[in-house]
Amino acid sequence: MISAASGVVTPYTVPGWLMDALQATVLVLVAAAATGVVLIRQRVRQVVALSVYGLLLAVLFLVFQAPDVSLSELSVGAVALPILLLLALAKVRERDR
Amino acid sequence: MQAFPFVVVAWILAVGLYGIVTSRHLVHQIICLIVVQSSTYVLLLAVGYRRGAVAPYFSDIPAHTPAVDPVVQALSLTDVVVEAAVTALLLAIAVQAHKRFGTLDPHELVEFKG
Amino acid sequence: MTPGQRRWVFLVAIAALAAFYLWGLAGLPGFGNYPGPYGTIIDHNAAAQTHATGVVSAVNFEYRGFDTLGEEFILFIAAIGVSTILRHLRGERERPAREEALDRDDAMAADAIRMTALLFVGPAVVMGWYLASHAQTSPAGGFQGGVVLATAVMLIYLAGQFLTFRRISPVDLTDAIEATAAGGYVAVGVAALVMGLPYLSNFLPLGGTPGAVGSSGTIVVISLFVGVEVAAAFVLIVSEMLEQTLLVPEGN
Repeated sequence: MISAASGVVTPYTVPGWLMDALQATVLVLVAAAATGVVLIRQRVRQVVALSVYGLLLAVLFLVFQAPDVSLSELSVGAVALPILLLLALAKVRERDR
Repeated sequence: MQAFPFVVVAWILAVGLYGIVTSRHLVHQIICLIVVQSSTYVLLLAVGYRRGAVAPYFSDIPAHTPAVDPVVQALSLTDVVVEAAVTALLLAIAVQAHKRFGTLDPHELVEFKG
Repeated sequence: MTPGQRRWVFLVAIAALAAFYLWGLAGLPGFGNYPGPYGTIIDHNAAAQTHATGVVSAVNFEYRGFDTLGEEFILFIAAIGVSTILRHLRGERERPAREEALDRDDAMAADAIRMTALLFVGPAVVMGWYLASHAQTSPAGGFQGGVVLATAVMLIYLAGQFLTFRRISPVDLTDAIEATAAGGYVAVGVAALVMGLPYLSNFLPLGGTPGAVGSSGTIVVISLFVGVEVAAAFVLIVSEMLEQTLLVPEGN
């Protein structure tokens, strides 16, 4: 998405105030998701919350005009990190059995 | 809107630190460390943003369009991937600690005897 | 120190940190008013100098290539660290993989999930390879491509094919691939030294059209090496963690 203030006109241009509103909304969602990740106490639910947080961060980076960082955060934060955490939790849980 | 992203960065940092300080489980601490690290990415990208600018990829737009700062994006990009590997290292330490001491509570793991 | 006292100390420390943070924030130019000359100069000149239209990748692999070499080696050493820490301790033996695979099969998910995971392996490999080899044209690069390639291999494990996952990613082979790719990045820099240029200069032909697939010299080569190395490092880390679940203490 490109904001109209830069003078470039493409099929994806949006007005400036719309971009501001979008950024503010996603920032609020990210702050709420971060609070959720810290406050949830059951382990597996916390890992799922971390995955949702990674997805929201990827959307935030996209809205900040950084598609490369968004790609990285999506594949790392929503896939690779939860897999590693779940494997470690499985190992730790199995000994408690 | 002038200072709102930085306020959100401070909030995420404070919430993550609160989670680390009041935690009773090593894996929960590691997850809160991930949250703290992610606040720095948001800070870097917010510093480099220019209002009304486009992403710095010039394959289909004219060559001198105002674009956001590419240097902070390059820094954040490598940082995200490297963070995952360092988190894996911390998880490996946690798994071995559980094997040795049988518990993952940081209050009980205080004594390390060699 | 009781948890209550700990919480009070934390609140005092966070208040002090917030005070310093606000003091520093007052000196910033505000969100959206990026003033700095460095970013503007790179935006204007990168496409003409390096014939790469993806300016972020040009910064990563060309202007700040030495820094990226350091980051890649952090990843390399973290993978070595995981392998070292998760070694077999005295008093542990490994269950045969077939027993473990049968155990996992019982608790596996629905057939639809396994089918979908298997179907996505092919597109994920293609996507990862595209990202790793097109660093100079569009939002792509070695790091993203490497992680997507590693995800493709992990999907095989998630589809319930535990034995296949172990067979296609033996630890020795993954180690060798990772080391070769990391050494390849260093070798590109040394090749520039051999030609009498400074370390990591861009000595390959830059190509005609900015942003074409074969353009921008060493950026493509470095990006491919980084992609392979990152993929191998992540597959190594996941297989080490998986092997841990095979270990049982002696006497069980």
